[in-house]
Parts: sequence; C-alpha cells; structure tokens
Amino acid sequence: MSDKPQDQPKDDVLAPTEETTKAQAGAPREAKDASAAAKAGSAPVGTDAATTPQKTSEAALEAGSQNLPAGLGERTQLDVVDVRSGMFGVQGSGDTSGYGGLVRTVAMPGASERPYGGWFDEVVDILAEVLAESGSSFDAAVEQVVVDRDELTLYVRREHVVPVCQALRDDQDLRFELGLGVSGVHFPHDEGRELHAVYQLVSVTHSRRLRLEVAVSEADPHIPSTTGVYPGHDWHERETWDFFGIIFDGHPGLARIQMPDDWPGHPQRKDYPLGGIPVEYKGASIPPPDERRSYN
Amino acid sequence: MSDTQTPRASAHIVDESAEGVPSFEASGGDWSDIAEEAARLGEERIVVNMGPQHPSTHGVLRLMLEIDGESVTEARCGIGYLHTGIEKNMEYRTWTQGPTFCTRMDYLAPFFQETAFSLGVEKLLGVTEDVPERATVIRVMLMELNRVASHLVAIATGGNELGATTIMTTGFTAREEILRIFELITGLRMNHAYVRPGGVAQDIPPGALDTVRETLPKVRDYLGQLGDLMLANPIFKGRMVDVGHLSLAGCMALGITGPVLRSAGLPYDVRKAAPYCGYETYDFDVPTSTEADSYSRVVLRLEECYQSLRIVEQTVERLQAMGAGPVMVADKKIAWPAQLAIGADGMGNSLDHIKQIMGTSMEALIHHFKLVTEGFRVPAGQVFQSVEHPRGELGVHLVSDGGTRPYRAHFRDPSFNNLQAVSLMCEGGQVADVVVSVAALDPVLGGVDR
Repeated sequence: MSDKPQDQPKDDVLAPTEETTKAQAGAPREAKDASAAAKAGSAPVGTDAATTPQKTSEAALEAGSQNLPAGLGERTQLDVVDVRSGMFGVQGSGDTSGYGGLVRTVAMPGASERPYGGWFDEVVDILAEVLAESGSSFDAAVEQVVVDRDELTLYVRREHVVPVCQALRDDQDLRFELGLGVSGVHFPHDEGRELHAVYQLVSVTHSRRLRLEVAVSEADPHIPSTTGVYPGHDWHERETWDFFGIIFDGHPGLARIQMPDDWPGHPQRKDYPLGGIPVEYKGASIPPPDERRSYN
Repeated sequence: MSDTQTPRASAHIVDESAEGVPSFEASGGDWSDIAEEAARLGEERIVVNMGPQHPSTHGVLRLMLEIDGESVTEARCGIGYLHTGIEKNMEYRTWTQGPTFCTRMDYLAPFFQETAFSLGVEKLLGVTEDVPERATVIRVMLMELNRVASHLVAIATGGNELGATTIMTTGFTAREEILRIFELITGLRMNHAYVRPGGVAQDIPPGALDTVRETLPKVRDYLGQLGDLMLANPIFKGRMVDVGHLSLAGCMALGITGPVLRSAGLPYDVRKAAPYCGYETYDFDVPTSTEADSYSRVVLRLEECYQSLRIVEQTVERLQAMGAGPVMVADKKIAWPAQLAIGADGMGNSLDHIKQIMGTSMEALIHHFKLVTEGFRVPAGQVFQSVEHPRGELGVHLVSDGGTRPYRAHFRDPSFNNLQAVSLMCEGGQVADVVVSVAALDPVLGGVDR
C-alpha cells in the first residue's frame, strides 16, 4: 500500500532526465517539442485547442521563446512549467479583443552545460566526489544543474536532499555552513512536480552561495526534513508546510506557524484565492485584486 | 503509513499529562493573588503566556513560558498574529507595485525590503549595470540612515523595557531627526515605496544634502548621550551582561545573522561578504565582539550606528560631487513614464508630461497607459538577493514566469529566523532576563509575520 505513492513520483522525476540525455545527444529541438507538446496537451487550453496539440505546441514554443532572456547562458532544454492562453483573464464569448487566441509557454531556465563558470564547476566536482565516497552518486542525487543570472541551482531528488545538505555543510572545501531557509513555489500545471522547496545555502568560509531545489508532486508532497543538518530550517519548513502543504518528514514539530492551527488549506498555493471584496470609489466598483484584469 | 499521515498542530504547551492540574486565569488581575493561590495549592510549575499584547514583546509576539519559581524551564514563541499575506498580495500586483507592499513588512527598516526587492527585479531583468550611479548612492544613503533609525529604536525600546525611560526618549528623539530626512526625500516617514525596480521614484529635493549634513552631528550627539547613559551604568550592566548568551556554534546552527551573530565573534556582514549597491567602494568597518551577550549587542548596535554615519557622509560627498542626473534606468520600457511633481492638488505626474501625452503624442499616451496598468514583463527565472538588514541577512527569493507580476516573492526576514533562538537564550534563565534577551534579538513582528 505504502509503496504506490512512492513509485509514482519516481517515474515523474525520471522523465525530464530522459529528455536531458536526448537533448545532449544532439536533438535539442526535438526534446523541446516533445516537452512542450506534452505540457500543451495536458494544460487547460480549451476544448478546440486540445484537438490540435501539434499546432499548439509550435505556437506555444514560438511564443515562449521570447520570454527567455537572451545571452544569459547556454541552455539545451527549456523547463516548461505551464502553458497559458488568452489575456485579460476573459474566457469565452466575453473576449472581443482577439487576444483570446494567444498561447504562451512558461518555461524556466533549463539545465546548463559545463563549464558552469567561476567556482560553480569546482563545487559541483567536489560534491560529486563527496557523494561518491559516501556510496551515493551525483547523478543519482542531482537531476540537473542550472546556472542562471550568475546563480547556481542544484535540482536535488528528494530522497537525497539530506545527504547533499550534509555533504555541502561538512566537507571542508564546500562548507555551506549557513542555511538561510526554505521557500516554496507552486507550479500547478507542472504535472508531478507541482510543489518546489527552495533552499538557500551560504558558505561564509568561501564566500559562496548556492540554491537547492526539490520538486515533489501535490499527491505525495513529502520531503525529508533538513533540520538535522540546518536546525535553523525549523521555522522555515513549518512556514513552507503552512503555506504550501509540503510535508517535511522527520521535522520535530511540523505545525502551522503563521496561520491559525485549525486553518483549512495552504494559502500560498496558486489555486487558493487571494480573497477581497469589491470597493466602491467615486461611483465605480473596483473588483478585488485577484479578479482584476490580468495580463499573464 | 506514518509518512502519509497528515501532521497535526503541535500539542499545547500544557499537554495531557498536565490534565487535572489547576489553571489560573490572569487578565488584568493582581499577580500576587495568583501567586498566593498557587502557593496554597503547592504548585511550583506555572505556564505563563506573555503577550501577544505586551509592551515588551515588540508588537504581537506571544511568549509561552514554563516557569519554576523565577526560573524559565521552557520558552516557546507563538507568532502569526500580524500575518497579513503580503507575499501573496504581491503576486497580484505589478513588479513596480511590489515595493509598496514589501516596505510594510519590517516597518522599522522599510528601505531594506524595498532595495532588496528592487535589486532582485533588476537582476531578473538583467539591468543591474544600467541602474544610474546616483540612484544607487541615494539607496545606500537611505539604507544607512535607516539602519541608524532602526538601531535607535532597538536601543530605545530595549531601554524602556528595563524601565529606563530616558533611553527611550533620547533614542526616539534621535530617530525623529532621521525620519525628518526621510520625509523630506520620500514624502513619508515610513512605508516609503521610494526605491523602485530600476532606480528610485524621484531625485532628492534641493537642499536635502544640506539637511543630511546638518542632521548628522545631531544624531551623533544623541548617540553619544545614549552611550554615556548606558554603557557604564551599573544597573544597565547588571541587567545586560552575560544575559541571553548565544555562542557562535548556536548562532550558525540556527542561521542567526546580524548583530547577534557578530556579538559571537564572526564578522559576517553581507555588505562585505557579497557586496551590492557598490558597498565595496565605501570605507567602513564591521564591529564584532566575543562576549555573545545582550550587553555586547547593545554596544555593537551603537558602533554600527557610527559606521553607518561614516557611510552616509561618503554618500553625501558623492552625491554632491556627481550633481544632478538620472535616477532611473534609461530604458523607457521599465522606467516609470514621468517624473513626479508637486501640483496644486498634491503630488502627481508632472504637468509637462500630462501636456505631452494628452496634447501632442498619442504614442506616449498609449505607452504611459500600458506601462502603468499592465507593467513591464520580466524574463522567467528565479533569483535570490541578500542585503544586510539591521537585524541580519534579509534575502528575497523572486520567481518570475515571464509575466508582469511576481510569480512568487518570498522574503527571508532576519527577525523571523532569529526568533528561533528565544528558547536557547531564555531557558534556564530568570523570567526578567527573557525581556532582555528578546530585546537583544530585536525582532520586528511586521517582518516576522509578513
């Protein structure tokens, strides 16, 4: 019984890795298409759009490429997290602007290739060495390495997050001794990887900082707690549980911290409404912020 | 199956084993009555709720103390009483509107949130290099003045909590001098929303540099008075020295930064470790101590005030030397379409600009409308930007989905993190030392709860 939810996310976790290898084999264009089509097919684009996934993916790709910063590092694969359509938040017959046909992919910066630049290569090499010594391996622990805007992000598989933190903190050449905390991000349309926990680590010794990111699914939102390595993550993990519903296994007391103990739901999730009431101003009624016109 | 179990809220500090134990409700009553009643029943172990409305808890912090006589055996914090969902709200406003929200987090140090957020957005946009030098220097000047103002409140309220009202009045009078500068430059004493992605909202008004120059000696004088009042005062030292001890190992484990970490001897300061806003070009020191107690933290805060004033002097010189110039990036796709001006009905868009867009240029009107209502788009990705806040390292984690609003904005507030140390600092001490220890952490609950 308890094995099933464990297996499910593993498959999801493996999927992007296969794409990565394909992309590295010299077919980045195909990999992009495949991932965009997969996302477009599953995204709530509307009934007619769903019948022509091929067309949508091309349009989506074209639209998505302009949202990426040019010249900020080479990438082989886009990490598509969402596909959106329309504009102004108007759906159905209310839209006379013609913008309803817009399709836009939301893609996060994808995996980087070596050399990562600066000290990034050194840290990745040492981490790989330390993990290999401890019987694990870098490839097993880290899904991908992303260098974007001069910041290093390691996407870590959840079962490896504690050993990776331990290695980063304890090895004398890494010494990321200061854990700045955990933040969450919710990507409701990134299937199987809806919830991300983001850890910021600082090496005071070497004056370096990096980020770990762990993605889990909404159906099985479990991540091992890092409080054993960074006790200061205690409240940060409670906050991330409170706001996103990520369960940190092994946390000493995973209680809500900002919301009242009996609060239903997790407020920072994207499907949780902001709330608010219309306000009248000089005779006009101003809708609450989450019901106003949206350009996203 | 245990890992799939939904976690429950932690048990109340008084657990099942305490059932049947008499409880006393104290609300506005006389403590001695309760103490007598407890003594009559032979109860030594008492759980006291301090706050959330208590003057010495810096706002709405609830401290749950289990006391045995006068000793604290267990101390827990309850927070969330000031949670207003600022981070969630920011996801529904444009990037330019962001500073208006985050400035209200730690209301004693608004410029730090604004600057950290703006630096983060600039990094996402890739325009960090394009921000005019003048805007950066103005940011540094305001942040350093703000650091002094914030430390003055920390010292003032800390003194007040010990019953030393003069420390409070002197501290607040000194802070008032700085708030006057803020009002002159930004129009507001707090919640300025002055630092914006791309620069600052408008240039400093004429005469502002002279006002800053005139104010600095006054603030320095007040700092001297505070030092004279406190540092050799036997009562003050009696309450502060060796109270609220937190070793370097404890600080590092709990992720404590700021004056509390530096009081344990580690000179970690983001301004030196990962410089931003050109801090590497300013001449200043990072004071440290190895005492790791509440007294040394007061000394450090005073020292930091003097260092900040040093930086402010350098910024004033630079601003004077560089003369007037742009304070916002040149890219009109990011910069606010008009400089503001004072009109007959208060501050608003400058009349020249209105004339232009309404009278001569249809394109300018469209551009203005699009930029103000829709905002600018920020390329997808994420950044983490740290600044040295008066209370420690303030980190902003920004995620963009390529849209006109932040997909996620998370603030790693130093007060939030540092409050975790309350148990470590207070347990085993006296009840009266709890107040001193918490004051030495200097939490601001607006920042803690956000």
